[in-house]
Amino acid sequence: MSEQMTGAQSLIRALEAAGVDTVFGIPGGAILPAYDPLLDSKKIRHVLVRHEQGAGHAAEGYALATGKVGVCMATSGPGATNLVTPIADAHMDSVPIVAVTGQVATGSIGTDAFQEADIRGITLPITKHNFLVTDPLEIPRTIAEAFHIASTGRPGPVLVDVAKDAMQAMTTFSWPASLDLPGYRPVSRPHAKQVREAAKLISEARRPVLYVGGGVLKARASKELRVLAEMTGIPVVTTLMARGAFPDSHQLHLGMPGMHGTVAAVGALQKSDLLITLGARFDDRVTGSLASFAPHAKVIHADIDPAEISKNRVADVPIVGDCREVIADLVVAIQADQAAGRRGDYTGWWRLLDEWRGRYPLGYEKPEDGSLAPQQVIERIGQIAGPEAIYVPGVGQHQMWAAQFISYENPSTFLNSGGAGTMGFSVPAAMGAKVGRPDATVWAIDGDGCFQMTNQELATCALENIPIKVAVINNSSLGMVRQWQTLFYDGRYSNTDLHSSRIPDFAKLAEAYGCVGLRCERPEEVDEVLEKAMGINDVPVVIDFVVHRDAMVWPMVAAGTGNDDIKIARDLAPEWEKDDL
Amino acid sequence: MSRHTLSVLVENKPSVLARIAGLFSRRGFNIDSLAVGPTEHPEISRMTIVVNVEELPLEQVTKQLNKLVNVIKIVELDPTAAVQRELLLVKVKADTQSRGAVLETAQLFRAKVVDVAPDTVTIEATGNPEKLDAMLRVLEPFGVRELVQSGMVAIGRGSRSITDRTLRSLDRVGERSA
Repeated sequence: MSEQMTGAQSLIRALEAAGVDTVFGIPGGAILPAYDPLLDSKKIRHVLVRHEQGAGHAAEGYALATGKVGVCMATSGPGATNLVTPIADAHMDSVPIVAVTGQVATGSIGTDAFQEADIRGITLPITKHNFLVTDPLEIPRTIAEAFHIASTGRPGPVLVDVAKDAMQAMTTFSWPASLDLPGYRPVSRPHAKQVREAAKLISEARRPVLYVGGGVLKARASKELRVLAEMTGIPVVTTLMARGAFPDSHQLHLGMPGMHGTVAAVGALQKSDLLITLGARFDDRVTGSLASFAPHAKVIHADIDPAEISKNRVADVPIVGDCREVIADLVVAIQADQAAGRRGDYTGWWRLLDEWRGRYPLGYEKPEDGSLAPQQVIERIGQIAGPEAIYVPGVGQHQMWAAQFISYENPSTFLNSGGAGTMGFSVPAAMGAKVGRPDATVWAIDGDGCFQMTNQELATCALENIPIKVAVINNSSLGMVRQWQTLFYDGRYSNTDLHSSRIPDFAKLAEAYGCVGLRCERPEEVDEVLEKAMGINDVPVVIDFVVHRDAMVWPMVAAGTGNDDIKIARDLAPEWEKDDL
Repeated sequence: MSRHTLSVLVENKPSVLARIAGLFSRRGFNIDSLAVGPTEHPEISRMTIVVNVEELPLEQVTKQLNKLVNVIKIVELDPTAAVQRELLLVKVKADTQSRGAVLETAQLFRAKVVDVAPDTVTIEATGNPEKLDAMLRVLEPFGVRELVQSGMVAIGRGSRSITDRTLRSLDRVGERSA
C-alpha cells in the first residue's frame, strides 16, 4: 500500500527520487506548501537566492559544471516570470534544468488571481517541454518525465508548474517504473551506413576540419574526439560553446571560429573542402553570412537533434546521434579505411594552416598610457588559476577575451551564455557551478555592466558558504556595444557610458555583501591581487579591475558580412592570396 | 511554394494545439488550414495541417513538429493517393425569382440545402478545396450573406492505416506501466 502524504510532500519526495541534491529558489505564496516538507529533506540542500533569475542561472551553472540536471524553484506570477530569462538561456544552450513553479489553485486559474501568470503558456516556446499539474497523483510521474526529458536527447529546460491545491491535497506517492512518452524517442545510435559514408568523405578530403560544437561537451565525448583528431591528423576548431572540449594546447587545435575567432580557425572553415560538424549548429556567429560560408566544403553533420541538420546549411552526410557514439563509430570506420590503405593526406593543408596560425596569432596591445589592458587581466587569471579551474564569464567583450586568452584544457571548465547572450549570467552561474563542484576554483569573469544585473547573489554566496571569485573587468562601459558604436556608429556613444569608475564602488559593494573587495588599476599590480584572491577560500572575493575602455575584441567578422571579410584590427584584413592548394 | 498536407497524430492533452500553433508562428511557417479531431483511439487526436512551403522548409516544419513531446507521428499525405475533404456552409441570397437557380447550382455540386428562409438558402457542401471554390464562384453572383468553412481533413486511400502501428506501440507502453 502506498504511503499517504500531501502533494507537496510527494513533490519533494519525487525530487529526491530523481536524484536532486540541490535546489536554488525563493519561496512565495503559491509554492509555500512545497517549502514546508523541503525543510525536513535530508537529501536536498536549498540555496536561498536573492532573485529568481539568480536561481535559474545557478541551476544552469550547476548543470554545466556537473553534467547533472540543475533545479530551480519559484512561486507563481512574478516569481515564475523572473525565471523566464534563465529558462530561455538554457533553451538556447541546451542546458538540462528543471524549473518547479507554484501556480494559483486550480479553481482560480484563468481568473487573473493574485500572482497568477500563465507560466506554462509563457514558457511554451522556450522550454523543451513543460507541464501544468493540477492532480496531486500526477506529481511523481510528471517530475520523473521532466527529469528524463531535460537530461536525455538534446538536453534542455523543462518547467513543472504545480497548482497550490494539488500540493495541499492528500495523495499517495508512487515513483513510476516506466515512463509513458510515446512522442519522445531521441535517437542516440547513429546509422552505420551514414557513418561509413562520412568515413569515406574523410579519407577523400584534402582540407577537412573538425568543426566541434557544444554537443560534444554535452555528450562527454572529449576523449573520443581526441582519438579521432589524433588518428586522422585533422585540424580542430572549437566553438564558443565547445571551449574545453579539445585541449587548447594541442597541436591540432586552431582555436575558436566565428565572429571573434582566430584567423586560422575562421580561415580553416572558409577554405575547407569538408566540414566534419560534431554537435554544432551553424550559428550565425560562426558562419557569418551563410551564403559565403565555407563555399567549397562538403558537410558531414552529426547532431542528436535531427532538426538542426540542414537547418542552416544543407548536409551532404547527415548523422543523427549522440556525439560520443557517432565519434566512436567514426573512429572504428576510419580505422578500417586506414587499414585498407585509405588515408587522407593533409600535408599541404597543414602548411597553409600553420602559416596562418604563425602569421596571425591572437594578441592585444597594451595601452600606451600605462593603464590596464583587460586582455592582460583575463590572460593572467587563466595562467594563475590554471586549467583545473572553472571560468564563468558574463556576456560581452570580457566574455570573448575569456574565450580567447584563457587556455582551456578540460571539458566543462568554460561555462557561458552563448546562444542567448544573457548579461548577468556570470555571478549566479558561477555560484551554481561552485555548489556543484565545491572543490574547484570558480572564477566569475564579469563586466561592469553585467555585474550590476545580478550581483545581489553575492549575498547568497557569502551566507551560503559559496566562495566564488569574481573579476569585474570594469571599463565603465557597456563595452561590446561601445565597440560597435566605435566601428559602425562613428563613435557616437549613445548610452554606453556607465560611469562605473565612480558609481558604484565595486570593492565597497563587495564588502557590504560580506565578500572581500579588492581593486586593481595598474598592470604591475595584477599578479599580486590575483595571488591574494587565490589565497582567500572561505569567503567570496570580488576584484574591481579598472581597465582601459578603448580596448576592442579582435579579430572580428562584422555582423552581416562574410567570414572572408574578417579583420584582425580596424581596417586590417589578413592576406589570403597564398591559399591555393 | 507548394501545398503539403500533413497528418499529425498527437497525444490528446491540454495545450497541444497551442504548442503546434505557436511553433508555426514563431518559426515563420504559414498554416493554410488546420483541422483537429479525435481518432479511433481516445488518447490520440489527429490534426490535418495544410502548409504552403518549399521542400526544405517543409523538412524543418516536420522536424520541428517531431520535436514536440506530445507529437507522436507525422505523415505527409500525397494528394493523388489521399481523399481530402472540407466542409462548407454558405448562406446565399435567394428570393422567389432566384431560388430555383440557386437550388440547381447546389444540386450540380451535389450539395445539400440545410435551411431555407424567405430571402436566403443555406447550403452544405463537402469536397476537396477545388470543388468548393468552383461552387462558390457560381454562387457568388446571387449574393453570399455568410460563409463558414472547416479546415481540410484527409485520409490515405487503400487499406493501410497510419494509426495502426502507433496504436500498437501505445498499447505496449500501456501494458508495461499497468
